[in-house]
Amino acid sequence: MDFNDTPEEAAFRAEARSWLDANADLKKAGDAAADVLGERATPEIVKQAQAWQKKKADGGWACLTWPKEYGGRGVTPIQNVIWNQEESRYNTPPNIFGIGLGMCGPTILTHGNEEQKKRWIPEMMTGQKIWCQLFSEPSAGSDLAGLRSTAVRDGDDWIVNGQKIWTTGAHFCEWGILVVRSDPNAAKHAGLTYFVVDMNSPGVEIRPITQINGGQGFNEVFFTDVRIPDSQRLDAVGNGWQVALTTLMNERASIGGGSGADFGELINLAKSVEINGRPALEDSAVRQQIARFYTRSKGVAMTGNRTLSALSQGKTPGPESSLGKLVGAKNAQDMAAFAMELQGAAGMTLDPNETPAQGEWQGRYLGIPGLRIAGGTDEILRNIISERVLGLPPESRADKGIAFKDIPTGPPSR
Amino acid sequence: MNFDFSDDQKLLQQTARDYLTEQAPLSVCREILEGDQPFKKELWAGAAEMGWLGTVIPEEYGGAGFGHLELAMIAEELGRSLAPIPFGSSVYCASEALIKAGTDEQKKKYLPQLANGERIGTFALTEKPGQNDVESITAKVAGGQLSGTKMPVADGDVADFAVVAAVGDKGLSLYLVDLDQSGVRRTALQALDPSRSIARLDFDNAEATLLGEEGQGAALASNLLDRAAVLMAFEQLGAAQACFEATREFTLGRYAFGRPVASFQAIKHRLADMWCELEMARSNAYYGAWALSGEEPELPMAACIARIQATEALDLISLEMIQMHGGVGYTWEYDCHLFYRRAKALGAALGSLAAWKDKLVDRI
Ligand SMILES: Cc1cc2nc3c(=O)[nH]c(=O)nc-3n(C[C@H](O)[C@H](O)[C@H](O)COP(=O)(O)OP(=O)(O)OC[C@H]3O[C@@H](n4cnc5c(N)ncnc54)[C@H](O)[C@@H]3O)c2cc1C
Repeated sequence: MDFNDTPEEAAFRAEARSWLDANADLKKAGDAAADVLGERATPEIVKQAQAWQKKKADGGWACLTWPKEYGGRGVTPIQNVIWNQEESRYNTPPNIFGIGLGMCGPTILTHGNEEQKKRWIPEMMTGQKIWCQLFSEPSAGSDLAGLRSTAVRDGDDWIVNGQKIWTTGAHFCEWGILVVRSDPNAAKHAGLTYFVVDMNSPGVEIRPITQINGGQGFNEVFFTDVRIPDSQRLDAVGNGWQVALTTLMNERASIGGGSGADFGELINLAKSVEINGRPALEDSAVRQQIARFYTRSKGVAMTGNRTLSALSQGKTPGPESSLGKLVGAKNAQDMAAFAMELQGAAGMTLDPNETPAQGEWQGRYLGIPGLRIAGGTDEILRNIISERVLGLPPESRADKGIAFKDIPTGPPSR
Repeated sequence: MNFDFSDDQKLLQQTARDYLTEQAPLSVCREILEGDQPFKKELWAGAAEMGWLGTVIPEEYGGAGFGHLELAMIAEELGRSLAPIPFGSSVYCASEALIKAGTDEQKKKYLPQLANGERIGTFALTEKPGQNDVESITAKVAGGQLSGTKMPVADGDVADFAVVAAVGDKGLSLYLVDLDQSGVRRTALQALDPSRSIARLDFDNAEATLLGEEGQGAALASNLLDRAAVLMAFEQLGAAQACFEATREFTLGRYAFGRPVASFQAIKHRLADMWCELEMARSNAYYGAWALSGEEPELPMAACIARIQATEALDLISLEMIQMHGGVGYTWEYDCHLFYRRAKALGAALGSLAAWKDKLVDRI
């Protein structure tokens, strides 16, 4: 048992580090925190992010696990993790390519034909074209296969109508992956087809949605008679659910997802505020809470290390990795609430000049609810763990064995 | 990165599991819980024969000379079987103390017999309810004579000697005290978990020999608690794993409203949460084992997170076990209460959860 790299891993790490040293600056205290939901992506930041991605691609450090013939480096998953660990030590622009490179790319590489791979992969890799995921709809989120947007064949094209929602980054993306219903008479999962859509097509309308923290990371996207050439269909007609599963599996495989919790910051806060005339850090109730957050945060990190060891031994992480987001996001939310509680009445301020840590904790408190919903809600993750890890019986369902159009439903959420 | 046990270590674990499945099914734990015997003597002899008692004792003192990673694997299996033997007191506490702080002479005197099971040792620290610090210890040693009371002392009724924390001329120190002498009165106490025995020890000018440096008792005790906490975390982990598996199985087999109880989401989601707690307990325990086996500077922190998560996981899973069994879970006849009791016995043995959390904040 050890935390050391193997000689090959160490050599790879050194190579990554030397390239990064030559091309970026190390992070220092006060650098902006990671923008996981892409909310701060102004046009200026998008440009910076694209420039950094291009630099990485030119240097051979983009999409490391992808096959060499498509511009990747064909490295092992563990080497990719090493790269991510190293890159995260540097002050780089926010990663706005997570959906494209983490989910769309692998899906195209798995289900696309040769022409499609050649057409989309290189531009995606260099960051010149950014991608979004058009899956969720007003009536279909957790129950993604309940989606209703339609595609009707018309010669060499398909005509798409309907609405997508919660589409992160749609406002700065050129391409999107799209699942739609091509056969409403088929059973729910059998009637879906998967496309790649040009976000600048006539009939695509993007409207930003404002989140509870005031940010606008996601959008609703309306499709009115949008024409998509059949050449942009991935895999067979009616096979959309299988393709979507590939996308969703890759979403889960993008491991890491630390809670972003900085205990130094929390301890500093507990030292700087007082309870009964003494630093809060000396208060036993405060200490009990901090210890709990820390133990859980380590629990998530150490479980991640076990996953990395499995990767390093050539195993593929499965649904067990759901633990990280399920425990980590809630722990981070509790921590933010606690840090605000420590501030007393000042917990209700958000003014950066008057609030401890420039209101960072309040900001997290408003942002984290999104993390507990995006990419599988807490409840869906518990379903996944109980059914796929623990082998417990599946939910009883009211949508099996009937045509999609006959499935009971309520009004859309929005 | 290789944050995992080696194949050899896993093989050792499997051997331990096979042996205990055969020799220590839960009926053995229950036999001690219900009977008059303080511990299962045959199993103790078996543990000695398997070489488990001397796992980390150096070969020159009659042990196997393995490391703490191997001992952790055995601890997990003993936890899984709820083995009713004084393993924790004798191995995680007394043997560790002697290996860490004993003189060559003391090691020669005690270790070979600790390894072969002829002697049982224990650790006597606390004196009264609510005590979680060493500063308030009042037992005294003057002129090599110990006076005072230690309560509760795990396995204090069956141990041959104890490592006792007491105040000497130069402040808190640790002492070796043979318990079969006229200055020692032992009183067995009723235990919440009668499959493990506990006692009150009254010392009246009992002979005591210094263990380790005089006046260094606080630091030494703290280090010994950290070491024991990591090993006991594996015992807690094993118990929690067994408890979880039994609960999962029961809910799959039990039907209500025409379907398995395990198909209700209220049960599924709680089992998922229990599994998360269990996995984190495993991960933190591994980290503790890594820190202990390499004597890493992270040990004080790692021991805390291993201890805290293991205690919380076993607490949660053992009480959910009863709940998810329904009425039978509340019966003497079913085994749920064996885990419920053991959870609290292990969780209290090295000081309360709150005390470990408090320590952790200083060690972050
Ligand atoms: C910040 C953010 C970014 C997002 N980005 C994207 C994106 O880029 N592209 C995209 O396609 N989507 C995106 N989403 C959408 C996200 O995937 C969905 O919001 C999520 O899957 C939940 O679906 P829903 O909102 O329809 O809620 P619902 O599915 O209606 O859920 C409502 C409640 O019911 C619970 N529930 C539902 N089913 C079950 C069940 N079987 N058992 C128990 N409880 C259940 C849920 O857990 C939840 O608490 C994003 C969401 C957020 C918050």
